[in-house]
Amino acid sequence: MSTKGKAYIVGAYEHPTRKAPDTSLAQLHAEVAKGAIEDAGLSKDDIDGYFCAAGDTPGLGGNSFADYMGLRLKHIDTTDTGGSSYLVHVGHAAQAIAAGKCNIALVTLAGRPRSEGVQTGTNPRMGNPSQPDLQFEFPYGPATANMYAMCAMRHMHQYGTTSEQLAWVKVAASHHAQYNPHAMLPKVVTVEDVVNSPLVADPLHRLDCCVISDGGGALIVTKPEIAKSLKRPLVKVIGTGEAVKHQMGGQDLDLTFSAGRWSGKRAFEEAGVKHKDIKYASIYDSFTITVVMQLEDLGFCEVGQGGKFVSDGNLISGVGKLPFNTDGGGLCNNHPGNRGGMTKVIEAVRQLRGEAHPKVQVKNCDIALAHGTGGSLGTRHVGATVIMERE
Amino acid sequence: MAGEERIYPVVPATPGSEPYWEAANAGKLLLGYCKPCKKSYYYPRGVCPMCLSTDVEMRESKGTGTIYTYSVMRPAKPPYVIAYVTLDEGPSMMTNIVDCDPASVKIGQKVKAVFKPREDGTKIVCFAPA
Repeated sequence: MSTKGKAYIVGAYEHPTRKAPDTSLAQLHAEVAKGAIEDAGLSKDDIDGYFCAAGDTPGLGGNSFADYMGLRLKHIDTTDTGGSSYLVHVGHAAQAIAAGKCNIALVTLAGRPRSEGVQTGTNPRMGNPSQPDLQFEFPYGPATANMYAMCAMRHMHQYGTTSEQLAWVKVAASHHAQYNPHAMLPKVVTVEDVVNSPLVADPLHRLDCCVISDGGGALIVTKPEIAKSLKRPLVKVIGTGEAVKHQMGGQDLDLTFSAGRWSGKRAFEEAGVKHKDIKYASIYDSFTITVVMQLEDLGFCEVGQGGKFVSDGNLISGVGKLPFNTDGGGLCNNHPGNRGGMTKVIEAVRQLRGEAHPKVQVKNCDIALAHGTGGSLGTRHVGATVIMERE
Repeated sequence: MAGEERIYPVVPATPGSEPYWEAANAGKLLLGYCKPCKKSYYYPRGVCPMCLSTDVEMRESKGTGTIYTYSVMRPAKPPYVIAYVTLDEGPSMMTNIVDCDPASVKIGQKVKAVFKPREDGTKIVCFAPA
């Protein structure tokens, strides 16, 4: 069963905070929920479905967070695929709504790694020893930065991608961030700034890496009849896809592409649109290489040509062919809870509503794509793609 | 940068993985081997990830391979080289490249297994230039 057109995103809210030492995780979730519910013109008791990721809602199965907010629910889904969770949730919410399991779904994300002093990128984090791969990998020091760096190293080796090409991703994000009053890094940077910043994990430099921020975001997804009764512009979900990529016992290790190769194909097929129809793309930007690989995987350019594709401002709104991450993205704006999927959907919704900053608003933005990866491109991950249309 | 070595943390073995760690401590790298597929896999586990057969065993690797990709973790003290090595038996595995100048490491380089001490004195496999 296709869910094309069976769900609409009617509420979207991004928390303005980037550092929240005095606000609890649960309070951040509640504040973004309130923001999205009010954005939609609904009230708390209209919510009957709740989608959150287990990893940023501690306690069993989202219960504690439903309790904190006093949600009365008939459907709950705490699927956690890391940073792509919230893109997955949009697809799952569309499915639940199409199946009649709930009518108005709330999706929330929040996190405060900055206040907690988490060195996300450079400090390997010990997990549960029952995670089957942990004993065979953790001792070798897999942090986030060196995992994505190994993808970049191989991509450079195999396709001739350069550090200067990767830097263009950051340059484009910074051009957008300058107009975002909430962005952590609003200063426009050059290719030279990026390649001259210190190496963190070869070949990735400090400015190839996203920020670490507190914050969060929320979405409201509902069925067509309710969406059309509200006063907000109509943003219809027309295609979703998810996919898992791993190593198949080390036999299939290929770090030059991501699960987006499969999730994107599924989303495009369901939506029935072509790449040239996509006016704006939110692409998960944990690192510059993440964007290059995912653009190839989604089919915006040939495999191996991502470096060339992103060069010379091709991702800058009003300049290039594919405006991306017009909020400044994870590279410059924020990366709440080290999970970037939520803000990817939110900025796509802003673009489709015509509510992005005027300096970065894409003209006639009728179809947009949001894509993310959760887990690690260097080991195993879940890719999720959502294609939306303004009605 | 060579000279100062990482101290390898101990992650507890899980039921079924003890032979791998006992072998590592004795200077041997074990791979999973699926008898129906006639293929090796890594990490070793009680089912073949290709066909889900439980007709599997652990077999000793020659311990030779090629660097598929790598990265030098600069902020770490000491900096270390994480890598995937594609073993001559087929599977690729995450590891560290040791006993060399990190700046000399290259994709495609031939490497061989070496065994380094963990925090508890037992050993773990790493790779060094062949």
